[in-house]
Amino acid sequence: MLLTGSEIVMECLIREGVDVIFGYPGGAILPTYDAMTKYPQIHHVLVRHEQGASHMADGYARATGKVGVAIATSGPGATNLVTGIATAMMDSSPIVCITGQVARGSIGTDAFQETDVTGVTLPVTKHNYLVADVEELAYVIREAFHIARSGRPGPVLIDIPKDVQTQKTEFIYPEGEIRLPGYRVPSEGHEDDVMLAVDLINQAQRPIILAGHGIMMAGASEQLRELSEIAGIPVALTLLGKGAMPEDHPMVLGMMGMHGEAASNHAIQEADLLIALGMRFDDRVTGNLKTYAQKAKKIHVDIDPSEINKNVRVNVGIPGDVRAVLSQMLPHVHRTQHPDWMAWIRDWQEDADERDILQYSADSKLLGAQVINDLWQFTGGNAVTVTDVGQHQMLEAQYYPHQRPSSLITSGGLGTMGFGFPAAIGAKFGKPEEEVWAIVGDGGFQMTMCELATAVQENIDVNIAILNNAYLGMVRQWQEFFYEERYQSTPMVNPDFCKLADAFGIPSMRVTKREQVEESVAFARSIKGPVLIEYVIEKEEIVYPMVPAGADLHNMIRRPKPGESR
Amino acid sequence: MQQENRQTLAVLVENKPGVLNRVVSLFRRRNFNVDSLTVGRTHKPHISRMTIVVDVQRHDVRVVAANLLKLINVIDVRVISQEPDVSRDLALIKVRTDDVDSRNSVTMICERYPARIVDIGTKVAILEITAQEDVVEAMIEELKPIGIVEMVRTGVVAMGRGTRILDSDYEPAVRITTNNAERIGV
Repeated sequence: MLLTGSEIVMECLIREGVDVIFGYPGGAILPTYDAMTKYPQIHHVLVRHEQGASHMADGYARATGKVGVAIATSGPGATNLVTGIATAMMDSSPIVCITGQVARGSIGTDAFQETDVTGVTLPVTKHNYLVADVEELAYVIREAFHIARSGRPGPVLIDIPKDVQTQKTEFIYPEGEIRLPGYRVPSEGHEDDVMLAVDLINQAQRPIILAGHGIMMAGASEQLRELSEIAGIPVALTLLGKGAMPEDHPMVLGMMGMHGEAASNHAIQEADLLIALGMRFDDRVTGNLKTYAQKAKKIHVDIDPSEINKNVRVNVGIPGDVRAVLSQMLPHVHRTQHPDWMAWIRDWQEDADERDILQYSADSKLLGAQVINDLWQFTGGNAVTVTDVGQHQMLEAQYYPHQRPSSLITSGGLGTMGFGFPAAIGAKFGKPEEEVWAIVGDGGFQMTMCELATAVQENIDVNIAILNNAYLGMVRQWQEFFYEERYQSTPMVNPDFCKLADAFGIPSMRVTKREQVEESVAFARSIKGPVLIEYVIEKEEIVYPMVPAGADLHNMIRRPKPGESR
Repeated sequence: MQQENRQTLAVLVENKPGVLNRVVSLFRRRNFNVDSLTVGRTHKPHISRMTIVVDVQRHDVRVVAANLLKLINVIDVRVISQEPDVSRDLALIKVRTDDVDSRNSVTMICERYPARIVDIGTKVAILEITAQEDVVEAMIEELKPIGIVEMVRTGVVAMGRGTRILDSDYEPAVRITTNNAERIGV
């Protein structure tokens, strides 16, 4: 069948199982938009800014594990995707971005809306392509999806010149094995390494598991729980690891790192064995590397061999799929418990409970922590929450325990403000049967709030919870702690968010008292379509505990116990 | 002979547009220090080979190799400086030869090195040396007092000794026939 490049793009997307794409048209991608009219089985979501498209594709990918697709025109359309691509890269999210490019004859001439997008995105993609000829196109798309979703997933960009989109060729879908001679996906670990790791596990007196995003990507939650239960090993989670194991499980200590649980961080510093599974020792997780887990031997399992010995030197590094490697280990792991070690950890947990903000007597102020805790309670802990970046994000991690994989979607590595709301839209497209909440701050929301129009146009059922403290709260917290309360450029004069919602035709509610939170959840659930709840919270709340950037992991700034002064 | 903090990597890459850019971009963004980088074709038209000498004071060379292997177009990587290898650097050195003394000195120095005079005139001569990097360095030191006026070096190329063969049976899946592929490459 003789097809144009644009038609081949659509044919290939269908074969990859794509049912929705997020994008914005423009000159250099118009042929592909025109081809969409012949392929109604793929739904196109018109965003209001291309950054929204890449975040939506990312949210869709994280919610489903499938590849999310964003599409944009050349030049500014493509560069607007970049923040979303970098976000997906840092958090290993499988997305494919398709961009139009000026016609081949104009490349390199500074043509209208020309940008070297493969050059621009080279450092922030897993791989990218500039399609030189329509004959390559089907191969390239097939490779792109394979690369995006396999191994350590990541974003792949395909730049297609306008004349390639209109070029015709006989379309034969390339069946059979994809030939990428330089592309290796590790699966099982080396038997010797696995046995070395098992020996360390069987000998450990104070072991701790550090579980990350990789657990969920590999579908290794079950193996993780088994290892923890059989060998009596407590589990600390990274931010993106939340949901790797149910957080009400007694062995789960909660998040580690800068705003992690005291029990997690102190246990890491005191442990004699770290078992790092599908995580990458981010600086927000380790604090000062020189004093990090000095008493511990270290096992590191990661699908990306370049992560091993990158930040933390380990005794046993196993490049491999974490589910495969855990399955290799489990038959050899001795059944044991570590009662003294667990008792030591429980003391830290009790100490933290005494300091918890929720122990403070209720006064008139509405606190972000209370809002998140109540959202957890009134959604039954079952919502898919998609956060933005900042204080509300850390409060979510602390006060919204997750029971299942991929139920928290958040920008961890890049820390992209503006991610939350569009990613929530993408997540809802991927999981229409789930209750999806975008939990955002007033700062980040304003970075991508133009997507309110997209939500309305699609009548997408996303609940938007804005925690409005009229500050860039996390930056303000740093200014309070480290810059002597000089609040430079952090107070915000905000729009009336409810009136704003009204302008888009979105129902809304403003919450100023804690007793209204339950009602707000009921209200949000009663609306089929986007709904906006503004929680007007205490302006100068602090997220405790906190390990200052670069400080030792055990040197945490703790919340004072009730009655103690700060 | 290698300085202690320098390692030599042999890298097989697909001979496609933009691959050199990908490798160089990786070294820049990971803050790996490149001492020298050479690239050229192999006996297989779709495969090029790079020899990269890296300064690994800060980074374990295996981390560098693992990062290179993550690039889709990189087929194979071998750290060849940790095993017996043959390495060569070629230099063209233009020296002052405007008096009898300098001409004699240059001739004598060339005799003691795997070097030869490839061009000589009344004012300057071009010497060519192909040797291990440290031998090239030694000759340059000897030539300095005579007066080096211009110099160019290829950087190190290297190969493992014996039957340690870095090769790939890979053939390209899609052969690009249009001329555009080359023209619009990065």
